[in-house]
Amino acid sequence: MARFVLGTIGRFVLLMLAVSLAVFVLVDLSPIDPLQANLGQAALLGMSDEKRAALAERWGAHTPWPERYAAWAGALAQGDLGTSLRYNQPVAQVIAERAGNSLALMGIAWVVSGVLGFALGVAAALRRGRRLDRAVRAYCFVLASSPTFWVGLLLLTVFAVGLGWLPLGFSVPVGKAAADVTLLDALRHVALPALTLSLTGVANIALHTRAKALDVMGSEWFRFARARGLSPARAMTRHGLRNLALPAVTLQFAQVAEIFGGSVLVEEVFSYPGLGQAAVTAGLGGDVELLAGIALVSAALVFAGNLTANLVYGLVDPRLRVSRATASARPPRGEGIARG
Amino acid sequence: MADLQGAADAVRTAPVPCVADAPCADAVPLLSAPRERRLPNRRAALALAVLGAAALIAVVAAGLALAPEASRVDFASKALAPSGAHPFGTDWLGRDMLLRTVSGLAVSVVVGLSAAVASALIALALATAAALGPRWADAVVSWLIDLMMGIPHIVLLILISFALGKGFWGVAVGVALTHWPSLTRILRAEILQCRQSGYVAAARRLGASPPAIAWRHLVPYVLPQFIVGLVLLFPHAILHEAAITFLGFGLPPDLPAIGVILSEAMGYLSAGMWWLAVFPGLALVAVVMLFDLVGSSLRKLVDPHGAQE
Repeated sequence: MARFVLGTIGRFVLLMLAVSLAVFVLVDLSPIDPLQANLGQAALLGMSDEKRAALAERWGAHTPWPERYAAWAGALAQGDLGTSLRYNQPVAQVIAERAGNSLALMGIAWVVSGVLGFALGVAAALRRGRRLDRAVRAYCFVLASSPTFWVGLLLLTVFAVGLGWLPLGFSVPVGKAAADVTLLDALRHVALPALTLSLTGVANIALHTRAKALDVMGSEWFRFARARGLSPARAMTRHGLRNLALPAVTLQFAQVAEIFGGSVLVEEVFSYPGLGQAAVTAGLGGDVELLAGIALVSAALVFAGNLTANLVYGLVDPRLRVSRATASARPPRGEGIARG
Repeated sequence: MADLQGAADAVRTAPVPCVADAPCADAVPLLSAPRERRLPNRRAALALAVLGAAALIAVVAAGLALAPEASRVDFASKALAPSGAHPFGTDWLGRDMLLRTVSGLAVSVVVGLSAAVASALIALALATAAALGPRWADAVVSWLIDLMMGIPHIVLLILISFALGKGFWGVAVGVALTHWPSLTRILRAEILQCRQSGYVAAARRLGASPPAIAWRHLVPYVLPQFIVGLVLLFPHAILHEAAITFLGFGLPPDLPAIGVILSEAMGYLSAGMWWLAVFPGLALVAVVMLFDLVGSSLRKLVDPHGAQE
């Protein structure tokens, strides 16, 4: 157990180092002039050469990059992510304010797409070759080929512009004091973005679950259950679902990166004030420290997703709890388990 | 009758395995014969692949030829809903959306295709190094894959595009540099599998030199997978290209890619001009599905596991 925890922490630190280094190098490569980005074109033009040189010195524009990286990483290690240029606040504060909105959006979409995708996948496998199966597969194929932001635009056109049922954007009603915002308001604003993310997130998990369910239905123990007189649906609920849940849960946790990426697009479409929108604003506005901070946070989120997948294995499959207790720290493979 | 139908279903869904010494026809009464197909599967797959590729080439050719026409402004016919003269409608500058969509598709396909080729080549190089090189090369490659997959793709694209100062090269390089991890994994496994196979061991025992083995056994084994992988990378590449352009990092407004069209359309949706977003998006979905069709048909043709289907 201690080895597992230490190994996880070690991998996390290594990942964060690598990501921060990669982010730093990428940002450093950028041809955007730091003085101009920080001051604005007009201020820069009206400034004397000495003043410009002094400012360049103060911001360390001529310091070699390893030194600058060391300084930034050192501050990071102490929890100081720097100051956001666009929001004029500490980066940590900007991220904290927006993380709530983003996590709510991603959480709803994650659960809905997971449950819906799993159910559709199992149902399609049980009705293999029938109309339901064909409908599910066609849906998945079309949705997997559709850009998330376009699906968002369509939903926006239909439900917000055309029917007027739901608000056009933002996370709270415009012009309402923060204290007056009710839960219903918040839900109405998160509904369309979450629906977009859920609809597009279903495809992957449904197709995967369908394939695994077909495997299960071809197995000997499933056929034995059928021979005992259980209906396919009954045999599936009694014997199939637990085997199917494992790969589905793994896949869904591994999807965290996809959902984060989708949320960037969806937040932009619906002007929803979350991390994704902040990342876009930071990238377009040359807000280097905020962009780097969000990249680090997103990498940490993805890592957490993968780690949770590993831990959940143990909860779903009792055999793995035993093997982990006997000091095998290797993550189990999904394929071997579905065969039971 | 209903019983017979039910029994036929049961036979089809749970066939009784044939025992070697008893002929199957005796063990199981034949309740349903497979439907006759008009076209054999493999030939159908080939036809689909060729037709799909031809359609894509036609789109690109038409798009490039129509590019000057597509940006012609005509204020006399601005903001028109779809009609016979303008099937996709016109935008707020009176540009015909059908022409704009086709020329936008051409731009997107060209960018996506070159990015997919570049990514596939990177994947091939890394997979070869990992599978045939020293152990540390394998470790480095798999760590690189983990690192690439550890950051959400869109965030990575934003970072790369930022590093290159946005614009055309920002997207092209970003999309090209970030799509190799999954294909690298597949190719690495394929190369390893081929290298450990019996016929390679036999060739080695017979005294064949490593280059000869690579050329005679490895290349024919891996090349089909590589080509299929390349085609199947394309849908991801073009969707990410459109996404990053939509966010404002990608192609400049004077290059009317689909992402540009859709992001410009966003400002006019609340004015009820729904056709600005619907048709270009549908066209993009169609192109992506076409590429996917070509890729899966090719895979059916080259995959030895499905040779009997």
